[in-house]
Amino acid sequence: MTVETILIGLAGVLASAAPIIFAVLGETLSERAGVINLSMNGTILLSAMGGFAVAYNTDNIVLGFLAGMLIGALVALIVAFTSITLKQSQVAVGFVLALTCRDLSYFLGSPYMGVTGPRLHAIQIPILSDIPILGVLFFRQDIITYISFIAIVLTWVWIFRTRPGLILQGIGEKPAAVFIRGSNVNLLRYIYTIIGGALIGLAGPAFSLAIRAGWMGTISGLDGIGWIALSITIFGGWNPARAAFGAYLFALLQWLGLVLQPVFTAVPSQVLQVAPFPLMILTLLLVNIGNAEWVERTLAAMPESTRKLFAKLLRAMRASPPAALGVPFERD
Amino acid sequence: MNVELKDINKHFGKVHANKGINLNIPSGTIQGILGENGAGKSTLMKVLSGFIQADSDSEIILDGKTVTIDSPADAIRFGIGMLHQDPLDFPPMRVLDNFLLGLPGGLFPNRKKIAQDINLLAKEFDFSLDPESYVDSLTVGERQQLEIIRLLWLGARVLILDEPTTGISALQKEKLFATLKKLPEQAMTVIFVSHKLEDVESLCDKVAVLRAGELVGELKPPYNTQKFVEMMFGKMITLGERQPSQTGETILSLDNISLEDARLKIKNVNVEIKAGEVIGLAGMEGSGQGLFMRACSGLMRTVGGRIQLKGQDVTGKHYHAFKKAGVNFLPAARLEEGLIPGLSLTDHFILAEQPKGIFIDRAAGQSLAEDRIKSFNIRGTPLSTVESLSGGNQQRAELALLQSPLSLILLEHPTRGLDIESVIYIWAKLKERCKQGAAIIFISSDLDEVLQYSDRILVFFNGNVSTPIDTHKTSVTELGQLMGGKGWTEKAGKNA
Ligand SMILES: Nc1ncnc2c1ncn2[C@@H]1O[C@H](COP(=O)(O)OP(=O)(O)O)[C@@H](O)[C@H]1O
Ligand SMILES: [Mg+2]
Repeated sequence: MTVETILIGLAGVLASAAPIIFAVLGETLSERAGVINLSMNGTILLSAMGGFAVAYNTDNIVLGFLAGMLIGALVALIVAFTSITLKQSQVAVGFVLALTCRDLSYFLGSPYMGVTGPRLHAIQIPILSDIPILGVLFFRQDIITYISFIAIVLTWVWIFRTRPGLILQGIGEKPAAVFIRGSNVNLLRYIYTIIGGALIGLAGPAFSLAIRAGWMGTISGLDGIGWIALSITIFGGWNPARAAFGAYLFALLQWLGLVLQPVFTAVPSQVLQVAPFPLMILTLLLVNIGNAEWVERTLAAMPESTRKLFAKLLRAMRASPPAALGVPFERD
Repeated sequence: MNVELKDINKHFGKVHANKGINLNIPSGTIQGILGENGAGKSTLMKVLSGFIQADSDSEIILDGKTVTIDSPADAIRFGIGMLHQDPLDFPPMRVLDNFLLGLPGGLFPNRKKIAQDINLLAKEFDFSLDPESYVDSLTVGERQQLEIIRLLWLGARVLILDEPTTGISALQKEKLFATLKKLPEQAMTVIFVSHKLEDVESLCDKVAVLRAGELVGELKPPYNTQKFVEMMFGKMITLGERQPSQTGETILSLDNISLEDARLKIKNVNVEIKAGEVIGLAGMEGSGQGLFMRACSGLMRTVGGRIQLKGQDVTGKHYHAFKKAGVNFLPAARLEEGLIPGLSLTDHFILAEQPKGIFIDRAAGQSLAEDRIKSFNIRGTPLSTVESLSGGNQQRAELALLQSPLSLILLEHPTRGLDIESVIYIWAKLKERCKQGAAIIFISSDLDEVLQYSDRILVFFNGNVSTPIDTHKTSVTELGQLMGGKGWTEKAGKNA
């Protein structure tokens, strides 16, 4: 394998992570506001199908992406209404939506199975794309991948650097304290859940109009991506930068599964294809292991220097969820 | 600002928490609101600060004008700011971000400018607040200070403080009072809510007393303590003399133990605790009492030294081993860690008795619950869910759930937020346990409680632990100083 092919492969990793990036950013925003949008897996499938169908019928890719976002926003609106206004369980509603949207996408999508439709193409950015190494990696991508880069930065800046972002952090942490500071907690929760849903809805067309163009129904290989995105949100500690890192890690593992196949001929190809999923679970475990009591106990029994080292490591990796995640807010 | 409350009524379902309260608070004064827990003080203040709305015929008049306060945002626009009983701040965030959150302004806040403002305001009131430190590393007192300067920065002309002296050290209380006394000079109105007599007596220009939702009356200095007590309770109540315990065999022996968590290290503690003894742990919140408690209960492993229970080595053993040896731990968060919301008292008694077999003997559970409800004087029925009980009754239920016999009872803030009758009752029950041969270790932020009920006291300061101090040889003043880090070498020494 030459350096060139490796670079192109890595550029492909960045592109194939784009849909997951949108999904984890959307989920991060939603959960930061205290609402778990568990419908993600179904939303991605439905928006992939819907986005493709709209783009195919109108022959307009932009409309396809907008349709995907609209679908995501509508599903999120259901999550928001049932959990914020009706105070129903977010987990139950989200789970039912995940299943319903998935089946709906297979049912409504059958006319589009295997049809060739419009898709995005790479845009070389003049000058920048000629930079050695970086040019190939970052500046010969399609527009949605560029947008995914920008989305990471924007979301991060929004949450950690702006005034409204500070309020968002507060809502997930202690809604009552945000309320006494003069904000309308439930309205903001609605807004962030819907914006988050729209971002999740962008993930679908990012598959069906770009990296995995077309709609293939049950064999699209998209089922399950939403659940992985959910776990990457947790891995990311509700921080867009960390979550993006998780998404890239997952895409990298998937790519490695492919390129390593010819090397490890003895290993069945299915194993390598599925390996990224358990590996993600393992990293999740590692990240949150510091919260476990037995780890604390084992550490306490170790000599001082080892203890210090591990304690530091675990603290750096550990992330705790927004304290008010899934908790409805009422004034009295 | 002149504040007038007219005929304030508030119902929570069937509970009539405020019954037609009329109160006039002139500008530039410190108004005290005194009453037992559950009297309706917080409710009244939440109405004034817009957190909740009163029933429709209630009226709030500011400087002669009737106003509608629908939300805390409205209240702060009128210049009313409230420091809530449970701190409404964001522990995992920095002081600076806590201050900034909710402040008006453009998209990108000017952090430097705000940090300067914090430092300036902190200096004016002699507070020590580092804008960059995290709120969960602050003491309750410092968190209050942060909230006070935030409200002042927002332009509060009326400052409401709901039970601000619970959970802060003697030194911090002095500082708080000094600050509050300065505010009326700047034409600010202070409303100070407390269930502690000595607090309102030493601070307030006049004091309104609430009892069971009603305003019983107002008193002006010179205050008559006797009169206050009568108004608060409708009768006389005294704590009685301090009663030293009879001690027996050694229950818990800590031999040179060391503890640590992410924030704090405790080194080489040596203590022996005997049956019948009550040990009080004093210190500002987060000084190491919590760690110590968790180590004694087996919830946390020590990093050095030896723990023995009745002569049996339990170092490094699990909570279950401790529990088997007769150790029971009652954490401060009753509804989060001690009781199970949603389950009835009967369910709790059934669970606590560790029944054999799969099926539940409801009838037996029910009669057990009836028994205990009677003997522990719990206001509730066997079918009441625990969250529907008042704080005092929840605490009684927890005590009723303790297994028997016990050798060591560990209590975190056993009487926090309870009315005085419950406090007296609960300690009477605990002392009964001591007579039966149990030892007690408890944490309390109320120094009077520590002095009233302990035989010996351990003071914690920033991970340092004093040698056990005999209660009859110390005082509130001395403990307060030790908790603030003063006078360690002469008296308490390091426990080394
Ligand atoms: N949100 C609420 N829902 C139902 N009952 C409440 C609520 N808040 C307070 N109460 C009840 O109102 C009464 C007065 O409570 P509160 O104002 O908190 O008293 P205080 O502050 O004087 O201790 C109590 O009986 C309490 O149980
Ligand atoms: Mg109160």
